[in-house]
Amino acid sequence: MTDKKAAPPMMGRRPAGMRGGPVEKAKDFKGTMKNLLRYIDAFRTQVILVVCLAAFSSVFSIVGPKILGKATTKLFEGLMAWMGGMGLLTDFRYIGNCIALLVVLYVISALFSYLQSFIMSGVSMKITYRFRKDISEKINRLPLAYFDARSHGEVLSRITNDVDTVNQTLNQSLTQIITSAATLVGVLVMMLTISIRMTLVTLLIIPLSMGLIMGVVKRSQKYFRDQQKYLGMINGHIEENYAGHNVVQAFNGEAEAIRIFNSLNRSLYGTAWKSQFLSGMMMPIMSFVGNLGYVAVCILGGYLAVHRVIDIGDIQAFIQYVRSFNQPIAQLANISNTLQSTAAAAERVFEFLNEEEEIGESEDPIHLDKVEGHVEFRRVHFGYTSDKIIINDFSADVKAGQMVAIVGPTGAGKTTVVKLLMRFYELNGGSILIDGHDILDFTRKDLRSMFGMVLQDTWLYHASVRENIRYGCFGKSDEDVVRAAKAACCDEFIRSLPGGYDMVVNEEASNLSQGQKQLLTIARTFLSDPPILILDEATSSIDTRTEVLIQKAMSNLMEGRTSFVIAHRLSTIRDADLILVMKDGDIIEQGSHETLLAKKGFYADLYMSQFENGNMEEEE
Amino acid sequence: MISLIQYIVPYFGYVLGAVVLLFGQAACDLALPDFMSDIVNEGITTGNASYILQAGAQMLGVSLLSAACSVAVGLLASRAAAGVSRDLRIDIFEKVESFSNAEFDRFSTSSLITRTTNDITQIQMLIVMMIRMVFYAPIMGVGGFFHALAKSTSMSWIIGIAVTILIGLVMIMFTAAVPKFKIVQNLIDRLNLVVRENLDGMLVVRAFNTQRFEEDRFDQVNGTLTATNLFVNRITAGMMPAMMLLMNLVTVLVVWVGAHQVSSFQMEVGDMMAYMQYVMQIIMAFLMMSMMFIMIPRASVSANRVAEVLAAEASVEDEEDLLLPEEEKKDGARRGGGEVVFDHVSFHYPDADEDVLHDISFTAKPGQTTAFIGSTGSGKSALVNLIPRFYDVTGGEIRIDGVPLKRLRLHDLRNRLGYVPQKGVLFSGTIRSNLAYADPEASEEQIVSAAAIAQAMEFIESKPERFDTPVAQGGGNVSGGQKQRLSIARALVKRPQIYIFDDSFSALDFKTDSALRAALKEQTGDSTVLLVAQRISTIMGAEQIIVLDHGRIKGIGTHRELLDSCDIYREIALSQLSEEELQ
Repeated sequence: MTDKKAAPPMMGRRPAGMRGGPVEKAKDFKGTMKNLLRYIDAFRTQVILVVCLAAFSSVFSIVGPKILGKATTKLFEGLMAWMGGMGLLTDFRYIGNCIALLVVLYVISALFSYLQSFIMSGVSMKITYRFRKDISEKINRLPLAYFDARSHGEVLSRITNDVDTVNQTLNQSLTQIITSAATLVGVLVMMLTISIRMTLVTLLIIPLSMGLIMGVVKRSQKYFRDQQKYLGMINGHIEENYAGHNVVQAFNGEAEAIRIFNSLNRSLYGTAWKSQFLSGMMMPIMSFVGNLGYVAVCILGGYLAVHRVIDIGDIQAFIQYVRSFNQPIAQLANISNTLQSTAAAAERVFEFLNEEEEIGESEDPIHLDKVEGHVEFRRVHFGYTSDKIIINDFSADVKAGQMVAIVGPTGAGKTTVVKLLMRFYELNGGSILIDGHDILDFTRKDLRSMFGMVLQDTWLYHASVRENIRYGCFGKSDEDVVRAAKAACCDEFIRSLPGGYDMVVNEEASNLSQGQKQLLTIARTFLSDPPILILDEATSSIDTRTEVLIQKAMSNLMEGRTSFVIAHRLSTIRDADLILVMKDGDIIEQGSHETLLAKKGFYADLYMSQFENGNMEEEE
Repeated sequence: MISLIQYIVPYFGYVLGAVVLLFGQAACDLALPDFMSDIVNEGITTGNASYILQAGAQMLGVSLLSAACSVAVGLLASRAAAGVSRDLRIDIFEKVESFSNAEFDRFSTSSLITRTTNDITQIQMLIVMMIRMVFYAPIMGVGGFFHALAKSTSMSWIIGIAVTILIGLVMIMFTAAVPKFKIVQNLIDRLNLVVRENLDGMLVVRAFNTQRFEEDRFDQVNGTLTATNLFVNRITAGMMPAMMLLMNLVTVLVVWVGAHQVSSFQMEVGDMMAYMQYVMQIIMAFLMMSMMFIMIPRASVSANRVAEVLAAEASVEDEEDLLLPEEEKKDGARRGGGEVVFDHVSFHYPDADEDVLHDISFTAKPGQTTAFIGSTGSGKSALVNLIPRFYDVTGGEIRIDGVPLKRLRLHDLRNRLGYVPQKGVLFSGTIRSNLAYADPEASEEQIVSAAAIAQAMEFIESKPERFDTPVAQGGGNVSGGQKQRLSIARALVKRPQIYIFDDSFSALDFKTDSALRAALKEQTGDSTVLLVAQRISTIMGAEQIIVLDHGRIKGIGTHRELLDSCDIYREIALSQLSEEELQ
């Protein structure tokens, strides 16, 4: 049979709608499709070529059954003639010609079909590449505030799942639309040329098959939704019970967990088999409708053939056409679903690409060759959202080389000040000045290169230790790297690692301890030699010896630089030139250790609370 | 994998019924070309219209029967598959709930989750496919072959050639493309890694102005992924046209050879037409089977992963000679005391050669706080995790009130413990349901007082629904510090004999930490408190401090004693507090 798409798809994924699952819809289908077409427009010539090839390929293969039918008819006529006593008249020459023509047609059709896929996969891969590249670049241009509201998983899913869906559609559905449409029209024309009566009967079957399929889809969607719901609940239950396994066991919670699981599992079973069954009905229904057409053709064709209205070969051709008629209908019916879910995916990608970026740079930026490190806050107002200002009218003057300690309970927003300094967020009022210049007057690049940052969540990437230290100053020599490592007290431990400086930090960075990672980030900062520092002291999970090293490395680093320290260690706090006390996001007190204690405010409270076991009289 | 077969046994009737129905379906599907051939041979040739109608009616009946069989198979298959997966799922879940940490380490938590969820879904799909296609394809293929033989034996070589070429095509496809699938998957992982690193390190990337560097890094992977994907796509794209060409050419070949046979009266025209359709059916059957070769290995990976979990034995279980609570009383042991004794305990993780705890001996007395301090990897957490028997000791013995742990029923043992993990863990429900986790009967008073001691009231009061505030899965809507406080409160509600705080205070700031400890002291009263900490200030007031280093006890005593006698302790203390604060 020339049934074009009868072979089950080998590798290609079936479009989602085929399984009867609910289809995701785009908010603005038209706009998204326009955007998508703009991307495709760059490949106009290729796409036009693909359309032509696909159409021709379909047409060539459609002609096949008719020619083959002619050959059969000739054969049959010969036979009838012989039975009629006119001798065997099998015209092998005619049949041979038919067959030679068929072979040529089929080979050309296959060639065109392959060529079409070949070109189209090139186009779709290039567009996919472009999408991914645009997204990855966009990430770096978005303000940090954007990521406060979204999980990293969401962005990741744009790059992989959504882009993939679009790719799939471009690669398969686009040509499918063309071939299905061409096949449908072509087959219809061919059938009409054979017999109008038989064609009409065949067409009667279409509403029947559509009706049956719609009925099943409608019914199954409810079960699919339920199944999805219970699956989600059961997965959630599994996740949290496994993740909290120790707690479950310690509190003897197993029996209760199993009881809940059991009831969810039973509900899941009830919907699972129903949705499985209904989606499985699609295939039998399709093949039944196919068989129905087949039977209709046999009966009607046989009847007409007896009355010599049509030829025997026409029946054979018709059988093949009826079989290749159903598939494109199902595909076309499904294409709206595919396009919908593609539009939804593409829309998410475009939405991301159209997010507002960091506000522009100053028109006429200033550039300082030498930065002293004098930092001044002037009546700063800030809130992560403009309706909730958390820092109100904060002013402070930090002289070059001074150390500022930022203290406060957990969740007080100690890193906020740091993020403002480096202009990760924009102020809602007031200004920050460095060496007398508003930070808005610098380019972001210049501003940020004035700062060195050592955070508690150290960040390393999948590369060698050496490359990790060199991160940000890619021009520095290996000797510089070693010098920086020595200054950061980590040369010794690095040399003891397998591979030394060339050891590759693994994907989870788990082949280094927390403390070692922090030392490496200190070395990184040494190498970049910034005039102003931002340090985050570790609170926990660092072993004592490394802790001592880190402290030493940090004080090495702070020498001669202005530094902002998110402090947990009392000794650091007491040595600070200025202490900023934070609570609920705001800076509620500032001053030196002594003045703050004398004030007997929140700081004094915080400080004393640690020594209620010891004796604070002695302490003061 | 074999062990999973027993799960199908209860549904054997379904499967058997399905196979019988499949035979019926195949017989019907294969009979259709026969009818057509008869219509041509008997009806058209002789011009017998009533014969055509009669045969047509029969055909209609047969195709209806085929559809009915197929729907019934679907029903049986989906019930069996959903049933097997339901049975498997509950068995795995129960099994995993009985696992000790040793098994969790072996499989990893995330892998256990996948095994209970995705892998089972895979198996369910596999069963449906198995029944619908794996059984059907050979029936169809063999049936088609016999039907074809019945029409003509001399044209069998065409079937042979068609099937050989088909298998060849599939093999080429396998060898060329399948290895690349793995590479593509790796590249996608790599792409994800680069993006994740970029996202996680956003502050650093911007602080160091390395946006370009990150983009180049991404571009490199993106480029390779695109190229590899293109290669794979272009190979798989060839499959469809090649398959179509094969089928079309076979049809043509049948007509050519058939024509010769017809004209030499070895065959009738209708038979030739039927023959064409049989060859197609055979090719389809082989295609289905080759698809199976792709699907089955994938699904059997899942089946094996599930079987592995079912085969694993929980390493911590109730022992034979349990001392039940009633006997314990008779035994004269001091019930209600809660004295914990470590007697020359050593411990190594399963699959590790080196002990993480060596020869640990101490006594933790009721009414006292015993604190553990030491650097990371010193074995503090490992030590306290032995008490709820998350792991079993590998040497020595732990006793509670004189009774060895192994002689207590796990359930009874854990009833006596109030455990607070390192990381706050909450379950979906409400704040109340979390606090009353150990004891659903807990009174309002108990819950409120526990929350107050754990310094969680301020946060609870700030919510309009107070204790009925919903908690999302895994406590996703509660901050880390709050989670920690709530999990402390959860242990307090239980009023256990023995408290275990596994580094539970580190996430709290100094102020909350100290307020909490002060309040805690009142409730824990006569209980035994075991406390792991990082901060000296947290443990300064403990009656007994145990300093651990590389799994060995380096000092036992009070804060002041240890400052004088233990170098490691002094070193830790000095790194956190200044000289005068220590005094």
